[in-house]
Amino acid sequence: MREEARTLGGPILTRPFRVLAALILVAAILIVWRLVAGLGATTALSDAYPWGLWIAFDVVTGTALACGGYSMAILVYVLNKGRYHPLVRPAILTSALGYTVAGISIALDIGRPWIAWKVPLFVWSWNLNSALLEVSLCIMTYTAVAWIELSPALLERWQKESRLRKIAAKARAILDRSLVWIIAFGLLLPTMHQSSLGTLMVLTGPKLHPLWQTRLLPLLFLVSCIAIGYAAVVFESTLASVFFRRPRETEMLAGLSGAMVPVLGAFLAIRIGGLAIRGRLPLALAPNRYALAFWVETALMAAPLFLLLPAGRRRDPGNLFRAAMMMLLAGALYRFNTYLLAYRAGDDVHYFPSVPEFLITVGLLALEVLGYIVIVKLFPIFSGAPRRAVPT
Amino acid sequence: MRVNRRLLFKSLAAAGASAVAGATAQGRARPVAPPDALGLLYDTTRCIGCKACVVACREANATRPDTSNAPGRLWDMPMDLNGQTKTLIKLYKSADGRERSFFKAQCMHCVDAACTNACPLGALKKKEHGIVSYDPKLCIGCRYCQMACPFNVPKFEWAKTFPKIVKCELCRHRAAGASLVATGGFLRYPAGKGPACAEVCPRQAVIYGTRRELLAEARRRLAANPGRYVPRIYGETDAGGTQCLYISHVAFEKLGLPKLSDRPVPEVQEAIQHGIYQGFVTPILLYGLLGAVIFRNRRKAEAQEGRAGKEGGP
Repeated sequence: MREEARTLGGPILTRPFRVLAALILVAAILIVWRLVAGLGATTALSDAYPWGLWIAFDVVTGTALACGGYSMAILVYVLNKGRYHPLVRPAILTSALGYTVAGISIALDIGRPWIAWKVPLFVWSWNLNSALLEVSLCIMTYTAVAWIELSPALLERWQKESRLRKIAAKARAILDRSLVWIIAFGLLLPTMHQSSLGTLMVLTGPKLHPLWQTRLLPLLFLVSCIAIGYAAVVFESTLASVFFRRPRETEMLAGLSGAMVPVLGAFLAIRIGGLAIRGRLPLALAPNRYALAFWVETALMAAPLFLLLPAGRRRDPGNLFRAAMMMLLAGALYRFNTYLLAYRAGDDVHYFPSVPEFLITVGLLALEVLGYIVIVKLFPIFSGAPRRAVPT
Repeated sequence: MRVNRRLLFKSLAAAGASAVAGATAQGRARPVAPPDALGLLYDTTRCIGCKACVVACREANATRPDTSNAPGRLWDMPMDLNGQTKTLIKLYKSADGRERSFFKAQCMHCVDAACTNACPLGALKKKEHGIVSYDPKLCIGCRYCQMACPFNVPKFEWAKTFPKIVKCELCRHRAAGASLVATGGFLRYPAGKGPACAEVCPRQAVIYGTRRELLAEARRRLAANPGRYVPRIYGETDAGGTQCLYISHVAFEKLGLPKLSDRPVPEVQEAIQHGIYQGFVTPILLYGLLGAVIFRNRRKAEAQEGRAGKEGGP
């Protein structure tokens, strides 16, 4: 029933590789500067805006965009839709890379990274009231779990190489036995920390604009990350088809987009319903930037619903891609708004990311893309043969 | 398949129910101020803006004067509390200039402090006398305390390579080893051991003592001067109560004290966190359920394909 995954092959040191490597190099230099000169010298962060681009985008949005592995696991392993299996490996690869990059961002963002090792080890100091403790422990663990989930792909290749064959075969056997519990862990952890990313902002209380501040934040963050996960897989798969000139997986992507519809519908129902019950909808009519941001965000959320609701339109790959793009934008904006725009630090204070902040974020994204390109070429990630050898 | 789906929905329903339960269960007792909770009482009608408290704070805490905004870098003039300023006197003036008041900013030492809920390793914690205390050895510099504090008190040493969080700790380092003695109606430390700002104030505009004594003194001043003050004590109930209190002749919001409800800021977040994670029951149940569902699905798939055990990983 299942097609074997194969390596994509092809040259590694291509032009895109060199461009991405250059971006990563720039970021690496800036990272050294950040570590030497401190956060004040390199970022636009301040006491009023202690969290900026790195937290709002790299961590909070980045891990949501990396929820492809989580969303696919729900579909394939829990809902037992085995036919989507070929999409699981690429999705888990993006998850592993996305969470790794988020981890690097956290390490850069925290002001005292040399204390960070105490977080997983100083169990007696754990503040169990802290949603951030849970988020950091879960993200650390899930990064490891995502790589373990991906490891069969790595081991498959190493099994073919003489020197590593024995170790790889043994590791593979252990993995196969415990895979159920690893996959279950890979489902539990994002459920926990994606919802806790919402809980985090509940604590900011009155500082978060009432259009966003709600005790439903954990539920909203959890539901939205699942929809974002499906969109991310559609997005990633479409781009991979185009750039690696692989056959399109339109039928499966149509199915995924179909799965996105009820999740997104649930999100909008909870979001709007919650505001209505608390009588906060009139705030969306106020002539200010909060109301505007709310409408842009909500319109972007509703757009994929309209694009995908007529089942007939799910056969058009261009339409699927547009809907996925909208979903990603909407999800990113919802998180960005919750963490930055709707966070009211006070009058006369502003935040706009500094050039080093931008360049480091770009460099880390480049690292993610480069990691993806290299790994799909070297390891069996995609199922089925490519149409022809590829230069990219 | 049908059975599995039912299992899934049940598990999701269970998780959802516990999330909702968490969001609504607020029966948990909130912390109350201990009887020996220390704090400050600031009285705008007495303050003359001499800033002796700011200087005394710098001496007691060895913080450098902040001259970055001063022409010629001559004066200590921080624009707000910052990484080298734990207390500050601000001046409020109305548009027409007729209404004016000084205001002393520092940590409010909330009875139920949001920062202590935020802090992952408990670097910020309420310790002896309810003082919100900072232990840099447990601080990773995540700055979640800054996000959480409704008064925007914790500050960060942005300019440093090895930064810390900076905030008023009510001069607890000076009191080390000393004990409180009844002095003139208040429990006080021997001179030089109490909060420096309060000890140095020439007008008793800022005094220290236990929260109970300070509330009584504030009420006495309000009663003795009818019409002079806004008739309430800021911090008595605001945000669940603070150990630093204010009485003022000017509306508190104009001084920069936010209008907060009487519920503690961390209440909702903590209820969610406890509702979902109390005893780790929900995550463990969910984990077991997920494992069971996946295991069943996998066995079924293997049986269908008739090649048990050959099924690879993801």
